[in-house]
Amino acid sequence: MVCSEDSFVFPKVERARSRFKNALGKFKIIIDKRCNNCGLCIELCPFGVFKKGAKRPKPQNDHLCIGFVCRKNPYHCVDRCPKGAISLFVNPSFEILGDRRWTGDLLVSTWHMAETGSIPHQGLNYKTGDSRGGFDKLRFVFPEKLPEGTYNGEIDTAIELNRSNDGRPNVRIPIPLYLGGMSFGSVSITTMLSRVKAAAALGTFCCTGEGGYPEELIPYDDHVITQVATGLFGVREETIKRVRIVEFKYAQGAKPGLGGHLLGDKVTPRVARMREAVVGSALFSPFPFHSVYSVEDHKKHVDWIKEINPRALVSVKVSTPTDVDMVAVGSYYAGAHIVHLDGSYGGTGAAPDIAKKNIAMPIEYAIPKVHKFLIEEGIRDRITIIASGGIRTAYDMAKAIALGADGVCLGTADLVALECIRCHHCESGRGCARGIATTDPELSNLVELKWGTQRIINLYIAWREQLIDILRRLGMKSVTELVGRYDTLVHLDYVKKEEVRGEMED
Amino acid sequence: MPKKYHIHTSSVQNRLPKIIKSGVIAWEEGCLKCARCVKKECVYKVYEKRGLDGESMVDSTDTMCMDCFRCVQNCPNRLIQKGINPLYRDMGDEYWTPDIISNIWFQAETGRIPVSGAGYGGPFSGPGFDSMWTDMSEIVRPTRDGIHGREYISTTVDIGRKPMYLEFGDDGSLLTPIPPLVEIPLPVIFDLLPFSPPGDNIPQSLIAGARSINTYVIMKWSYLKEKGISPLQNIIPFLDGNTDDIEEGVIKSIPIIEIPDRGEPVSVQNRLNEINPQLVVMIRVELAPGIEEKACDLTKKGAHTLHLCADEFGNEQAEKPLFIKDRVRSVHGTLVEKGIRDQVTLLASGGIAMAEHMAKLIICGADCVAVDIPLLVAMECRICRRCKEGLSCPAKLETVEPQWGGKRITNLMGGWHNQLLEVLGAMGMREVRRLRGEMGRAMFFEDLEREVFSNLGQRGQG
Repeated sequence: MVCSEDSFVFPKVERARSRFKNALGKFKIIIDKRCNNCGLCIELCPFGVFKKGAKRPKPQNDHLCIGFVCRKNPYHCVDRCPKGAISLFVNPSFEILGDRRWTGDLLVSTWHMAETGSIPHQGLNYKTGDSRGGFDKLRFVFPEKLPEGTYNGEIDTAIELNRSNDGRPNVRIPIPLYLGGMSFGSVSITTMLSRVKAAAALGTFCCTGEGGYPEELIPYDDHVITQVATGLFGVREETIKRVRIVEFKYAQGAKPGLGGHLLGDKVTPRVARMREAVVGSALFSPFPFHSVYSVEDHKKHVDWIKEINPRALVSVKVSTPTDVDMVAVGSYYAGAHIVHLDGSYGGTGAAPDIAKKNIAMPIEYAIPKVHKFLIEEGIRDRITIIASGGIRTAYDMAKAIALGADGVCLGTADLVALECIRCHHCESGRGCARGIATTDPELSNLVELKWGTQRIINLYIAWREQLIDILRRLGMKSVTELVGRYDTLVHLDYVKKEEVRGEMED
Repeated sequence: MPKKYHIHTSSVQNRLPKIIKSGVIAWEEGCLKCARCVKKECVYKVYEKRGLDGESMVDSTDTMCMDCFRCVQNCPNRLIQKGINPLYRDMGDEYWTPDIISNIWFQAETGRIPVSGAGYGGPFSGPGFDSMWTDMSEIVRPTRDGIHGREYISTTVDIGRKPMYLEFGDDGSLLTPIPPLVEIPLPVIFDLLPFSPPGDNIPQSLIAGARSINTYVIMKWSYLKEKGISPLQNIIPFLDGNTDDIEEGVIKSIPIIEIPDRGEPVSVQNRLNEINPQLVVMIRVELAPGIEEKACDLTKKGAHTLHLCADEFGNEQAEKPLFIKDRVRSVHGTLVEKGIRDQVTLLASGGIAMAEHMAKLIICGADCVAVDIPLLVAMECRICRRCKEGLSCPAKLETVEPQWGGKRITNLMGGWHNQLLEVLGAMGMREVRRLRGEMGRAMFFEDLEREVFSNLGQRGQG
């Protein structure tokens, strides 16, 4: 499954509808008993909202409905229905969907992209959330007109992960993203496999997280990043040898400075076996690595991995303290190929709310800080910066790159593709009620592997299209040109609209 | 190693049904009577356990639903919806948000710290305490094993005046008089309540809570005297009337007293110390612009402890008020500049709603904080402020059993203590005394924005 860059072909989008009977959308349609089942609405709607029914049509896909703006269209079902039986209103459930970072709009948009592989047409904001800062206040500014002779060909979205010239293999991924660590135990094997298979199909990587390397992943070894974290759960010589990238997890953005905690309920016989632990007893990953209290100690760790696997690249996943720039430089001098910055608003299976909100800085600040510092040190082109922790959309990804990252790492977005609703109850009882973050066999069966894989593929194909569109409008040939281009961004708090020269993204 | 301070918590039932964010709306009309109804498949068995609270007529589905939406998404005739709970939405105000209130309720009920899955879902930053982040340690600095760890992290602070140096006589005897100092195991004191339903149950609950965690509660002397409350164990009387209107016996029996900032507070302090040399005196000072000078002046005159008070929303008294963290930061900074910071203890209060506010205010220069409204919320107050106008309390707070109230407060403080340990552990600190004024270990919104975002969008510099 190793992708040679010339022969790599992106997987095809295939429609993967919601696995629930009623997909959630912004609008809701009801057909009342006045309906005479003439079927006109089925014929009219270009979005496929209605399905044939025995007594009357079923508005089965009202999540695809564009809502009240449709009124101006000749195919507006509400007005055209001869019996006046169709009513359209805002879905009351939509109003309580999501939160300030992942708004209802973002959730429904992500579901849409995962279903269709394309940008939502329902007038949803699929670019920004409502957090009123960071990415949500950053906008791209595109030149109104690109100069004559601007490149107009195929746009390259690939990035190199080994920039160190140390004789280890070059690893090129065709999209500037890979999927972050979620351990077996915190998510189901189906979720894990869906992510890994999607990563393999997209020619990129997926990290195992700290919890061992289930054998189901072996066929995808070349697309797996295995994680060495403080609990060393499931870390073995053979797993280190299997992969092309090994990740040291020093900290996690959502709970920086704190250890991990897998509740006893989630330690099933299989999880326990893989982690070499006892069934039903809670597992703590301590913080920090008690063998690492300095950059020198850290180098010893990196050397250890490099010795065991001579072809592996080493990624160092760190959180974002005030001196994150020093941490990044330290990682470089210790021999890391990738420094992975995990910002404080990132995902987690369980973390104290006080940590998620308050400890360490959001990724939007950390990226430029590190990027600038590495340039000043003269080593920016020798190391790859991967950013994660709060990247929700293709636009967040592009903004992170413009702020100085080479690529991004995703987690929550994949889970949303699998119809995570962000209820924040991953950790309670039997685990995720929607069957994503659980090892409960009955709940895990709610997700099918083929469906899950396709949903994630669809989402990131849609992201890539948006990235290409951004690059084209900026007149760039390759995503590598976007790295650190602060001049392509403005922050709404520090710029007046009339000062912007160019076309500002809405 | 000192004995580990631990707040013993236990689950303490709510008296009233919880008010949660959203409710379930389920229509019966059109029901297909499926053999396997989606309601039966509820992972949390919300429908099976369904019941109606007799008194408030609240449907239990509205308090137990965990928002997984599975019934909404699977009912074949789409008869189930979720809707915003207006009761929840309308609680509190812009500062004391419904989310803060329910966060306090959770801790008071369970004694646990709020933990959840998925990433942070709130705003990027905000006014007040939401415009700073605390630091953590990584690779290049040592760390501590926090809440689950084997390391002892101390949360003890001292209230009182500290000599800058000690003088000894030729014979080695200590010449410097040692001013009184009171140690409390958690940097939290309970403050006067800005509003409260009448009666003695609430004050009794506060006293019970303070005793159980070994801190102090500030109460008006006029109230204590009228009710004849004695002994005054774990109570700090606030001399709200005439400062002479307190018996010598009482003064001799207590470790701390609070006096208003009226006239010459330091001479009142000295007079009280003549009666009881071991008495720590706190001076209650309203935060306002220019308070820095007063703080320096009082400190130079020998004040033991300054209690810097903001209003319920953390604002000082001014037309364009500064937020408590910013004014305290400035007071702290001024005292540091004058080289007298370590002589005096700064206690700060007003608008402290969450554990993180305590940690952040300490970083900004307070030694210790005082809380008020969260103590009421722990007993199911909804911050409707009806009691301020003499109206009845919808949560019937005046009827709480002091024992129950004390336990709820203990639980809340247990949660705060553990969260403080988390923050200190992440920063690699072993004691909260070292957190005071450690502004280098915090990140401020305005600094980061200036550094990172303010110069974006300058074309041609890429």
